[in-house]
Amino acid sequence: MSSSSKCEIPLTVNGEKYSVIARQADTLLFVLRNHLGLTGAKPGCLNGDCGACTVLMDKTPIKSCMILAIEAIGKSVTTIEGLRDAPIQRAFVEHFAFQCGYCTPGFIMNAHALVESTPNASEPIIEKWLESNVCRCTSYFEIEQAVKSVLAEKQASKD
Amino acid sequence: MIGKSVIRKEAWDKVTGRAKYTHDKLQQGMLHAHLVTSPYAHALIHEIHFEKALSVPGVRAVVTGKGLPLTGEDLRDRPPIAFDKVRYHGEVVAIVVADTPIQAEKGANLVQIVYEPLPTVGSPRAALQADAPLIHENLGSYEKNDHTYPEPNTNIAHRTKIRKGNMEKGWSESEVVIETSVAFSPSDHLAMETRCATAEIFPDGRIEITASTQSPFMIKKLISTYFGEDVGKVVVHTPLVGGGYGGKAPVQLELLAYLASKAVRGRKVSVWNTREQDMITSPVHIGMEATVKLGCTKDGMIKAAEILFLFDGGAYSDKAIDVTRAAAVDCTGPYRIENVWCDSLCIYTNHPYASPFRSFGHCEQAFAIERAMDILAEKLGMDKLELRLKNAILPGHTTPTRVLLNRSNVGNLPACIKRLRELIQWDQWQRIELNARTVRAKGVSCSWKTSTIDTEASSGAIVTFNPDGSVNLMSGVVEIGTGSKTVLAQILAGKLKMDIDDIHVKMDIDTQSTPEHWKTVASRGTFMGGRAVLNAAEDAIRQLKAIAACVLRSPIEDLEVGYGKVFVRDDPAIFIPIKDIAYGYKYPNGNAIGGQIIGRGNYTLRHLTPLDKETGAGKPGPEWTVCAHAVEIEFDKRDCTYQILKAVSVVDVGEVLNWKAAIGQIIGAMSMGLSFASRETFLFDRYERVLNPQIRTYQPIRFGEHPEYIADFIKTPQIDAPYGARGAGEHGLIGIPAALANALSIAAGVPLNKLPLFPEQIWRAQKGK
Amino acid sequence: MVSFDFTYHRPSSIEEAVQLFASLQRQGKTPIYYSGGTEIITLSRLNLVFADAVIDIKHIPECQSFDISQNQLVLGTALTLTAIEETNAFPLLAKAASEIADRTARNQITLGGNICGQIFYRETVLPLLLVDSDIVIAGKSGVQQRPIHEVFQQSIQLQPGEFLVQVKMNAAYLTMPHVHMKRRKQGKVGYPLVTVSALKKGNELRTAFSGVCPFPFRSPKVEEMLNARHLPIDARIDYALQQLPEPILDDIEGSAEYRLFVLKNTLWDILTELEEAER
Ligand SMILES: Cc1cc2nc3c(=O)[nH]c(=O)nc-3n(C[C@H](O)[C@H](O)[C@H](O)COP(=O)(O)OP(=O)(O)OC[C@H]3O[C@@H](n4cnc5c(N)ncnc54)[C@H](O)[C@@H]3O)c2cc1C
Ligand code: FES
Ligand code: FES
Repeated sequence: MSSSSKCEIPLTVNGEKYSVIARQADTLLFVLRNHLGLTGAKPGCLNGDCGACTVLMDKTPIKSCMILAIEAIGKSVTTIEGLRDAPIQRAFVEHFAFQCGYCTPGFIMNAHALVESTPNASEPIIEKWLESNVCRCTSYFEIEQAVKSVLAEKQASKD
Repeated sequence: MIGKSVIRKEAWDKVTGRAKYTHDKLQQGMLHAHLVTSPYAHALIHEIHFEKALSVPGVRAVVTGKGLPLTGEDLRDRPPIAFDKVRYHGEVVAIVVADTPIQAEKGANLVQIVYEPLPTVGSPRAALQADAPLIHENLGSYEKNDHTYPEPNTNIAHRTKIRKGNMEKGWSESEVVIETSVAFSPSDHLAMETRCATAEIFPDGRIEITASTQSPFMIKKLISTYFGEDVGKVVVHTPLVGGGYGGKAPVQLELLAYLASKAVRGRKVSVWNTREQDMITSPVHIGMEATVKLGCTKDGMIKAAEILFLFDGGAYSDKAIDVTRAAAVDCTGPYRIENVWCDSLCIYTNHPYASPFRSFGHCEQAFAIERAMDILAEKLGMDKLELRLKNAILPGHTTPTRVLLNRSNVGNLPACIKRLRELIQWDQWQRIELNARTVRAKGVSCSWKTSTIDTEASSGAIVTFNPDGSVNLMSGVVEIGTGSKTVLAQILAGKLKMDIDDIHVKMDIDTQSTPEHWKTVASRGTFMGGRAVLNAAEDAIRQLKAIAACVLRSPIEDLEVGYGKVFVRDDPAIFIPIKDIAYGYKYPNGNAIGGQIIGRGNYTLRHLTPLDKETGAGKPGPEWTVCAHAVEIEFDKRDCTYQILKAVSVVDVGEVLNWKAAIGQIIGAMSMGLSFASRETFLFDRYERVLNPQIRTYQPIRFGEHPEYIADFIKTPQIDAPYGARGAGEHGLIGIPAALANALSIAAGVPLNKLPLFPEQIWRAQKGK
Repeated sequence: MVSFDFTYHRPSSIEEAVQLFASLQRQGKTPIYYSGGTEIITLSRLNLVFADAVIDIKHIPECQSFDISQNQLVLGTALTLTAIEETNAFPLLAKAASEIADRTARNQITLGGNICGQIFYRETVLPLLLVDSDIVIAGKSGVQQRPIHEVFQQSIQLQPGEFLVQVKMNAAYLTMPHVHMKRRKQGKVGYPLVTVSALKKGNELRTAFSGVCPFPFRSPKVEEMLNARHLPIDARIDYALQQLPEPILDDIEGSAEYRLFVLKNTLWDILTELEEAER
């Protein structure tokens, strides 16, 4: 490995500042897991197909297997470890919206961004967002219930 | 406690990203392996050059298959690393071990292999042709267990025969006869966590493995059997597992990790599948071709069944043999048939090799039988549920392997059918034309399953107490997502009459300190693990009472344990808190008696016997869960596209231990069944290479494509199960593919006997192509 | 994971990007423009892309432009598909974008990447072909604007060192009647079996296709047949399908025969929808 390809990458993750020495070709997912020990985001395909690696960048869900860590410079990255008592977490627990839990961090990050950005999301919008993630254990119905319950709470607290 | 929707113990870890899976446990200094796999489905390996790979900085070793023993659970036919030839696309040919995953991959890209392609075998029927290439020339000389019957000089790894009753009599009593054939290619489990294993070998010979597996205890035994290691020196750790569905029951990467570690003088090595490797290099969901012939009287009593299952076991037999045996055991579906002839063959092809898939041979078997049942009903002009009800298996009947059923060991199928009938409003309509293009239809099916497991399979549990009276529970059941560990805690809480929050469950498995549970498969976690937990609880109760008897100066028989105390049954005011005796009791004067309470228990299924070679007679499993399923679809007649509107499963579970968890298991399984039946298959080119080893082109069902799900339960207790609960982890799936095919066949007006049901498949069937 | 190494560069102007490319090339390197990066990262994992330097164009202001004026819409090539969908300045393009991949991926995939990618569907090209858009290209010889029909023939035709900065289209097109239909093998996510975009300019029907051949296209011959209004719809479709630029695709998404069947039905739906709207 030529040393020129490694460089110092300053990152802001979950509100904390980090500086890592990584390859410029390293993906954000790899750096989060292997350099920062944040293993919440999961590798499921490394091909943009499954959503297990979803994290937020400036509040937008992205698949961290398809972006370079170096692209995150100057952005604010949020991983599942950065969520504290988000309503969607409790909703996932209460609605049994996971079994093995492997798809869960990705699903939760995507769903969290959805309910925060679009509290009045309609059914087609929920679908459009959440079809980005694959779950093999649940029937998706449980996840739908969890997301809808949070949206309903948001609606109720607005009224 | 029983029946309550207790939140799973590891729930909060899972929603906060704190739950650790095998690949999350990275360590400084750990080496990484990259697998070099075959681009051919069948080829001779002439040369392997890895000098260039070794020259990549950071590469520490390249491991090849030279001199390794053959492996396989029933039949030792598989080199852990291909040596003289490769038999499927994606087969491991070498392992490159390096300091970083990137270096290992760079090295792997530089390994050069000279192959000579051989003609390939692409389906079970092709494999049976007289001139088919032989995939295993030495089939006759492989080591095998006593109940495996390979047929040398053919591509047949094993044949299970079921011969029950008198076929001649059956056919002569039959007034209506139908015959039908079905087929599907291998597909994948597609667990979201790809398989992963690490191994480290210590100077004293201790071998520590960490693996994403459903069979930690099997790994330990197999490494010992295959490589002559002391079984006690192999320690397997299993953290949480990111989905198994049977795909993590076979032992594969663990062997590679062990070999890789050995090649670098015992350093810790991680072998981790890419998604592409996980799909084709590691074992897959079995494919099948089958023919079913059924005969019945004019009023629909089935008199004879002749069933031929040709399973596509792929290049190696491993667990596939067992799967094909399980399909044979329950070959008729949940129907009373006196005269049965069934051959179930595990056949070699040049496809990725097969492993169990959620329902263990049963959704495959059910697809064949339930399509045949619909075709029979049509020929008879009889209501499809009526035909099933009429032939429903009941206590007093015998199974294909001649087990006599009673009120405990089989569920109530008529009750399931009755409930299903109401839930789907069967009697209101079964097919309606909404307009010239759109039609709705309902398809139904029934299913059953016993768990074919090793006759001596056992499960153990240990219960220890903490100084505050709370309890630790250790069981060998792996938490693969089914919530079994939480259900075991519920069983324990029920028995000790204590708060579930005071039960601490050890999630990870460590085969050195966790008591053995055979394998976390076959929906046996709650049954066997539950019995073991109950026994461990009994043991702990006995010990608590013994100490309390001294302290309370009361006969043991008068004592009762519960609510955090040991008390005198007829005067509960006389009691001692468990916390005061959990570590023994200290008298005011300083004298002490007893010590930490450690309850132990185990359970082995009783009276199971292997199947007879010629007739299949034998007792394969403890009980049969029965189910009825329905799928409702809306079909576009012009485009042959469809939407799945509703799916229903009614399962006789005996008892529901955790309501929401049970519903989740059933509908999760239904979802997997719908996904398999509607869109999952490997696509092969003419050289039997897999063309779609990626989720991009192997699309499972996604959010928003899910129909309305209804799961309901009938409760016919199984007397010897904890609280009467039957296995249910797989049963939501079994009849679903058949129900979908039945619904679409009704809607499209053509028999649809091939999976998956892509619109193109339906279009072809209509065109007669 | 990308198993080879590259250096990452983030120019903030067009000139800087072009110069970087040239100077990296002079150093004997293989540079590549990098936009959403999704294809570069995922295909290099499979060794289907190679570069030892990537030049990220997302931070060039022109590549992020989104300008709608009286007579022209200008879209920067680094806009994500989600941005194109949600701003909805050109509804047909928004629809085409919204059907690609899945939403999270669309937060990353860019317009330029979709037009220039190796993965041959390039579905956003269809609307751009229909409205005779212009493409702004930067290269050694500066920035120039060229008709899409000149620079996009099956795939983008660029000189080494050139990249797409913007796409421009006449605003008059944006509100014309249109339909976009993507048909998949099964389900709601995935590559197309066939995708057809159609737009009606006055009485003239324009159509562009993806998934039919291993490249997206718009064909004057196909359009001529589809516009032969004196014939019944069936006949127009049959004649049009005889004019495909290449035999219809036969691959894992679907066989040639079946694709043809689906394409026929799709064209039928499009023609009836657009012509019914006239009445
Ligand atoms: C999960 C997934 C699903 C997909 N599904 C579909 C689908 O359904 N339909 C479809 O059409 N496509 C689909 N694609 C393909 C996707 O649209 C392309 O891969 C696209 O290239 C990605 O855009 P990007 O911005 O990430 O490109 P990048 O990875 O940045 O670049 C891709 C290529 O384009 C070149 N390039 C990028 N921008 C420019 C520019 N401005 N000027 C010159 N060259 C440039 C790059 O050099 C590179 O060669 C899918 C991709 C993924 C990851
Ligand atoms: S790992 Fe990133 S999408 Fe699957
Ligand atoms: S919970 Fe297992 S994959 Fe979603």
